[in-house]
Amino acid sequence: MSEVLAAEHPAAHRWIASERADDLAMTQAVADPLFTGFGRRWWVALLITLPFVLWLFGAIGWLFYRGIGIWGINSTIVWGVAIANYVWWIGIGNAGTLISAMLLLTRQKWRASINRFAEAMTLFAVAIAGLMPIIHLGRPIYAYWLAPYPNTMALWPQWRSALVWDFWAIISYLLFSLLFWYVSLIPDLATMRDRTPHRAGQLLYGAFALGWRGSAREWSRLQTLHTTMAALGVPLVCSVHSIVGLDFAASLMPGWQESIFPPYFVVGAMYSGFAMVVVLAAAIRWGLSLQAIITHRHFDVMARILLMASIVMFYSYATEWFMGWYGGEHAEREAVRFEFTGTYAPLYWALLACNCLIPQLLWWPFARRSLFILLPVAIAINIGMWLERILIVWNTLSHGYMPSLWRNFHFTFWDWTFLIAPLGLFAFLFLIFMRLIPSVSMFDMRELAHEEAAA
Amino acid sequence: MTAKLLAEFLDSEALRAALEPIRSTGHTALEAFTPYPVEGLADQLRQERSRLRVVMLAGGLATAAFAFGLQWYSAVIDYPINSGGRPLNSWQVFLLVPFEVGIFAAALAGVIGFLRSCRLPRLHDALFEIPGFERATQDRYFLLAASETDTAGLRKILARAGAVTVTELHAP
Repeated sequence: MSEVLAAEHPAAHRWIASERADDLAMTQAVADPLFTGFGRRWWVALLITLPFVLWLFGAIGWLFYRGIGIWGINSTIVWGVAIANYVWWIGIGNAGTLISAMLLLTRQKWRASINRFAEAMTLFAVAIAGLMPIIHLGRPIYAYWLAPYPNTMALWPQWRSALVWDFWAIISYLLFSLLFWYVSLIPDLATMRDRTPHRAGQLLYGAFALGWRGSAREWSRLQTLHTTMAALGVPLVCSVHSIVGLDFAASLMPGWQESIFPPYFVVGAMYSGFAMVVVLAAAIRWGLSLQAIITHRHFDVMARILLMASIVMFYSYATEWFMGWYGGEHAEREAVRFEFTGTYAPLYWALLACNCLIPQLLWWPFARRSLFILLPVAIAINIGMWLERILIVWNTLSHGYMPSLWRNFHFTFWDWTFLIAPLGLFAFLFLIFMRLIPSVSMFDMRELAHEEAAA
Repeated sequence: MTAKLLAEFLDSEALRAALEPIRSTGHTALEAFTPYPVEGLADQLRQERSRLRVVMLAGGLATAAFAFGLQWYSAVIDYPINSGGRPLNSWQVFLLVPFEVGIFAAALAGVIGFLRSCRLPRLHDALFEIPGFERATQDRYFLLAASETDTAGLRKILARAGAVTVTELHAP
């Protein structure tokens, strides 16, 4: 579609693959497809995702009507797909802001190509994650009891409960991510306002651009705000997934009450989130023809981070096994044995293959630069991370302290529904985002192009 | 009478080079408009530093303190309940919620402070009337300068610095 910036091979600059990328070309490459439309490909993709959205909302309606017994959960395995989904989605949701904020603070200029859609990914993933604990409540109509408000029952939330921490962590993080994303979007919305040929676009983009003029004062304030928010965002993100880890670690169950859980969850979040960014970057690069802006070098550095995270994950698993054995507690040792040889052992071996073994391919430079290898690896990591989340739930609950309570989880149709349909909703929201909002930060790219002497 | 001129440049170097001659001839450089953040431009225009971070710190701390106070009041005074023998004032875990909401409140305070200090949102601005100013958010660099007496002299300085167009702003 957009042939404004032609990618050259080998790349002409470090992070920009075309020889010349002046301010105007950069703007045209990102913004103009939004005015002309994306053609049939986009509509077909949207139509494919739409049934999944309807399926999900229909399923939520059925769930509210029938109750959570429609899932394969039982009185032993009281948590199931919804909780695993919650942890998985919020993990993906953590990565966008974490990546964007950490790369901003460490002055990794290449973030300019990926930060916008990575942050959008965060917003959608956290919103989906936030649904999961609510639909898993036995009586979701009382979800608002988590909030402290003056009520006739004279009740207060139990502040020592991990669920209450979750509520505050998710809501703070979702709103923070929205602000962080919007702040860096204002200048690009102004560009859209000034470039769109449509009256409706001028009004809408104009309203959300808030009258931005790009003055030196506005820029310097915006940068101060954005870097300060990034510095606040990194500890926030780490705390959010740590709190999710505390849902498990603050219990007394074998395999859960481990002090490694919070940091191990944070690394897992970054890992699955980066894998998802790779998938989305490949999709956007292909869909919007942005080969000049999202280069092979970008995939190369993201693949290195995936490789590093895979090693840390393996180290975390090994620490779990070692501590289970070294602690000497019978139930803990039994939990590790059950992981490797119990009912869900095939899934556990698949998890280790997806998260620890397959990513080792990324030691080879050709694998990092070839999307035909990197993309399947990234998808495998996402599958492996989902398996990790569900197995954390299943292994411990299926095989707790009391042998008479040992039971297995059996997937029902509704478990598959809540596993698959949210992916469709995510893709649907992401397609709408791509159509309406510039997927790549144009002003950051202009700055990068000037630094790379491409402009 | 003060006259304001808006000069359009092709790159930020030309714009920066114009600042020195404007000042040395007694005119004022008011503001610059660029399509991306040009490093150090706000300092060169002698704009005051922002106190945004102080506002954020205050907003965040105040909200965190409020959240802690709320938990303490509800758990110790208004609804004391023995939960597994834990102390009523379980301050260690009461720090989690203040941390989360404190960071969000700091960000919100920052955004509000940012909007106020830049006088945003702004529905309209006189500069938007000027033909070609829409390129300030795309690929052109604009400098707004004021002259007390010698408008023609300022116009000459801007043109010599490489301005492609110079437009005089009329009072609304």
